[in-house]
Amino acid sequence: MARTPIEFRHNGRDQAIFVEEGSNLLDVLRRGVGDFAPKYGCGQGTCGCCTVLVDGEPHLSCLTLAETVAGRSIETTSGLGKGVELHPLQQAFMDNFAAQCGYCTPGMLMAAKSLLDHNPSPSRQEVVEAIAGNICRCTGYEPIIAAVLDASSRMSGRRSA
Amino acid sequence: MTLHPGRGFAAINYPIGMNLGGDPSQALVHSNPDGKFTVALSSIDLGQGMKSVTRQIAAETLGVPVEDVYVDTADSDTGPHCMGSFASRGTHRVGNAVIQAAKEARAVMMEAAAEELEVNPDDLVTDGKGNIHVKGAPSRSIGTGTACAAAQFKQGKTVSGRGIFLVPLSPVDPETGEMTPVTCFAHAAMVVDIEVDDETGEVSVTQMNSAYELGRALNPKLVEQQLVGGAWMGMSHALWETTEPYYPDRSHGPIDFNDYLMPGPGDIAPHHISILERPAPDGPFGGKGPGEMCANPVLPAVANAVFNAVGVRITDLPITPEKVLRGIRANGGAKPQRRW
Ligand code: FES
Ligand code: FES
Repeated sequence: MARTPIEFRHNGRDQAIFVEEGSNLLDVLRRGVGDFAPKYGCGQGTCGCCTVLVDGEPHLSCLTLAETVAGRSIETTSGLGKGVELHPLQQAFMDNFAAQCGYCTPGMLMAAKSLLDHNPSPSRQEVVEAIAGNICRCTGYEPIIAAVLDASSRMSGRRSA
Repeated sequence: MTLHPGRGFAAINYPIGMNLGGDPSQALVHSNPDGKFTVALSSIDLGQGMKSVTRQIAAETLGVPVEDVYVDTADSDTGPHCMGSFASRGTHRVGNAVIQAAKEARAVMMEAAAEELEVNPDDLVTDGKGNIHVKGAPSRSIGTGTACAAAQFKQGKTVSGRGIFLVPLSPVDPETGEMTPVTCFAHAAMVVDIEVDDETGEVSVTQMNSAYELGRALNPKLVEQQLVGGAWMGMSHALWETTEPYYPDRSHGPIDFNDYLMPGPGDIAPHHISILERPAPDGPFGGKGPGEMCANPVLPAVANAVFNAVGVRITDLPITPEKVLRGIRANGGAKPQRRW
């Protein structure tokens, strides 16, 4: 099968990789790059746990043709924290018990990050809409919504400080 | 189109564990070369908190800081036997096995400490912060890690313990069918408020209020988390999840997340929970555990609320809009029951 060389930014670093024709971004990230943060849930665009950011917008990596991200910037949960310092969203997820099995968490975090990047002080309804494409089978969503709102207020506290 | 409010109530008893072959679980506890502890289990943690709660139980029993305990559930082929993480049995069954194993390991640790301090082991106590000292004389002390290291590298002892929880099998009375299937019960009561749309048949939950009695809540935050998530699952069973309808045959039924529906973040309702703690005499530190019962009261409460709202009694789950509409039609219209 034909293999195409592509280059993209992966969590702020340049990445050059050969991808097989027709392969999806989730596969390339997990098997090619070795970034296991995005998860495979359904492979058909309905669960959201493979969500990554492409140029800041949430994308379902299982449905994204790898070749289409050439020259673009990909963010995944592995790039959220800086060393041992967690991103405020990650800290808020921990403090609000927003994960049980944790399988949905990487997708939830990226959907939430995109929301807060665009809209730092979202309403509850806006949070609900931002994560509406992400299925969680454990938490009942309430702790996740609470965590995103909590992260938003922590980050605005930091901005005004 | 009218939205009919309804309120339903349900109360449940939920058995902890079961009566199959003694419902056993085992635990092995040993000290590592660094003087900290590993608890080996085959009891799987899939997010419900098995590791956290057994870690707390082991630390409390051993008398060491919780940071000094590692719970390993890596491999059910090579680990000690466990019946499994189901039937709300984890905290109770496995917790009891961990206590037994940790007690045995603690006894060796205390003997080792006694030998190092040249005192009688009965005169020693742990402070839970990583020290063992002579009762009434805190200055005569040794670290738990140092005592374990002395046992392993000087005295030639393994600091280890074995634990099992096994319920005596309860035979079934051939005449009456009577038996004692479980060792304790947890309880819950729930009030659910809903709205039923009499044009679409859609039911939306607007509020849940519940009270749970599940022994001592060994980790209150984890208990609350399970109850919130479990009630969501109960809503999902009550109103959403089904592999039906399929017209004209199975292959046209819901087979993926597109059609096999579950409530999304926009469908949830505020849920107020009270936790009543009545420690179980045979539970680890009184704990019974929430587990499966988190979902259970929601189903009958929602069914009762639907009856209360529109007078339709639905006896097979889930309560889909189609069933509600058919019921309303069969009754010749929505028949709201007496108000609460
Ligand atoms: S794996 Fe991509 S949406 Fe489910
Ligand atoms: S925490 Fe398990 S699916 Fe969300």
